[in-house]
Amino acid sequence: MCGIVGLLILDRDLEPQLGELLAAMLVQMTERGPDSAGVAVYSDGLPEDRSKYSCRTDDDVDWASLAAEVGATPTTYGRAAVLTGPADLRHELEARGVRVISSGRDLEVFKGVGLPVDITKDFGLPAREGYLGVGHTRMATESAVTMDGSHPFSTHDDLCVVHNGAFSNYFSVRRDLEREGERFLTENDTEVAARLIGREMDQGRDLGDAIRVLQKEMDGFYTLVCATRDQMAVVRDEFGCKPAMVAVSDRYVAVASEFRALAILPGIENAEVFEPTPTELYLWERPG
Amino acid sequence: MSVAAREGTVLDCDELTTRQVNQGLRALPTGSRVRILNPRGRHNLAVGLVHHLDISIEGDVGHYVGGLCDGPDVRVDGFAGWAAGENLMGGTIRITGNASERVGASAHGGAIVIEGDASTRAAISLKGGTVLVAGDAGNFSAFMAQAGVLLVGGDAGEALGDSLYEAVIYVAGAIKSLGSDARVEELTEADVARVRELVELAGFTHISPEDVTKVASARELYNFDAVKAHNY
Repeated sequence: MCGIVGLLILDRDLEPQLGELLAAMLVQMTERGPDSAGVAVYSDGLPEDRSKYSCRTDDDVDWASLAAEVGATPTTYGRAAVLTGPADLRHELEARGVRVISSGRDLEVFKGVGLPVDITKDFGLPAREGYLGVGHTRMATESAVTMDGSHPFSTHDDLCVVHNGAFSNYFSVRRDLEREGERFLTENDTEVAARLIGREMDQGRDLGDAIRVLQKEMDGFYTLVCATRDQMAVVRDEFGCKPAMVAVSDRYVAVASEFRALAILPGIENAEVFEPTPTELYLWERPG
Repeated sequence: MSVAAREGTVLDCDELTTRQVNQGLRALPTGSRVRILNPRGRHNLAVGLVHHLDISIEGDVGHYVGGLCDGPDVRVDGFAGWAAGENLMGGTIRITGNASERVGASAHGGAIVIEGDASTRAAISLKGGTVLVAGDAGNFSAFMAQAGVLLVGGDAGEALGDSLYEAVIYVAGAIKSLGSDARVEELTEADVARVRELVELAGFTHISPEDVTKVASARELYNFDAVKAHNY
C-alpha cells in the first residue's frame, strides 16, 4: 500500500499556500505509507540555461565547496541540498558521488525515511510556495526502505512520477531501457516507469502520449501521478486495483489515494469530486 | 463524549476518534437516533454494530462505512469510499452520492441503496445481501456473487456477473459485456414482482420492473459435468 497526492494550483492567489496544503494532504496519507515519504514542488524558477538539482549524499559533505566547484549555489538540508547552477550539471554531480534526485528549472524533490509529518518539517514544506506539488507516502513492497526507494522519481528534467501499486514486468522493461543507454540508480519498479516516460518525452512525445506508451509496455497494478512544468496527469491500471479520487475546483485540481486527503482543501465542498475511471488518462494543464 | 441534542445523540468526528465514534454508537440503547457530523472521508464509521440504530452520517465518508453491521439503518449524506457495507449481515445502508469500489462486498444480508453510481466490483462475492444502485455500476460487478441480488438502475460495465453462482442481477440500462458464465435469462412474473419490491424499497422511480434485463449464472463453471468426468 502507498499513498499519493497531487495538487495543481489554478488560482495564483493560492500559490503561497501550496506547501502547507500539500503537507496537510500528505499527512492524511500516513497510514497508507509510514515507511518513507517524498514530495515534489514546482515553483516558477529559472531561465532556460539554469537548473535546480535536488541532491543528497550518503556521507556528510561540504555543500558550499562542492557547489562552488561546479559553479552552483546551495540551499542545504543536512545531507540533502538543492544546488542552483548551470543547466546540464546532472552527470557532473553524479560523477562526484552525489545522488541527484531531481533536476529542472522549476522542480525540487525532497524525500526521506520515516513518518511523512517529520519529512515535511525537515524540508520546511509548509512554508514553500509553488504552483504544483506531488507527494507520496510509501509502504515498501518492491525494494528496500531507503531514501533511494522513496518517491517521487525524477529521472529527467522537470518530470516526476509517484506510484501506488507494483509493476510486474519492470525488469524486462528495464533491460530494454538499459540496452538503449538508460542508467538506473535504484532497484525500484517506479524508476523504470519514470525513465520510460522520460525517454518517450525526450523523443518528442508529450506527457499524455508518453503515459500511453507506459500503459502499453508495462503490466501491473498502478495509480500514477505524473507531472511536468505545466501538466499533471493521473492514470490507473485497467482493473482499478489502487484507489484514487480527484477534486476539480476553479482554484485547483487535486488528486489523492483517498478522499480524506482532499477533505482538508479549501472549498472542497464545492469542488467536483470523482473517481478516475480505470485506463482513462486524465491530464490537466497549468493555466497560462 | 456525546451531547444530547433535540433530535437524538450527536457524535462529531472533529472531536472524536473513529474508535470513540464506534464505541459511542455501541453504547446507545436500541432504537436510538444519532447524527454523525464532519466525517471528512473518515474510514470505518458505524461498523460492527449488532443492534438497531437510526444513524445519519452528514458528509462524505471513507472506506468500509457500515461494514459488518447487523441491525442499524445507516444513511450517508454524501459519497462513500471503498467497500461500503462490506460483509453486511442485516439492516440497511443508504448512500445519497456515489459509492466507490466493492460496495457490498461479501454482504450476507441487509440492503444497501446507492442513489448515485457504484464503481468497479459492486457486490463482489455477494452472499445473500441486496445491493440497489440507482445509477451505473462499474466493471466486474457481481463478480463471483453467490447469493442475493444486485439491481442496477443505469448501465452496467464490463464483465458483469463473471463467475456468477446463484446471485441474480437486474439491469435497467445497457450492459457493456457479460462475464464468463453469466447469461441473460427471461424475465418471469416472479422476477417482475421482485424488482417491483426492490425499487419500492429503494425509492427508485426511474426503473420499470417489466423492462429490466435479468442476468444469472449459466452454471457451467461451478458444476462439474458427470458425463465428462473422465476429462477431469
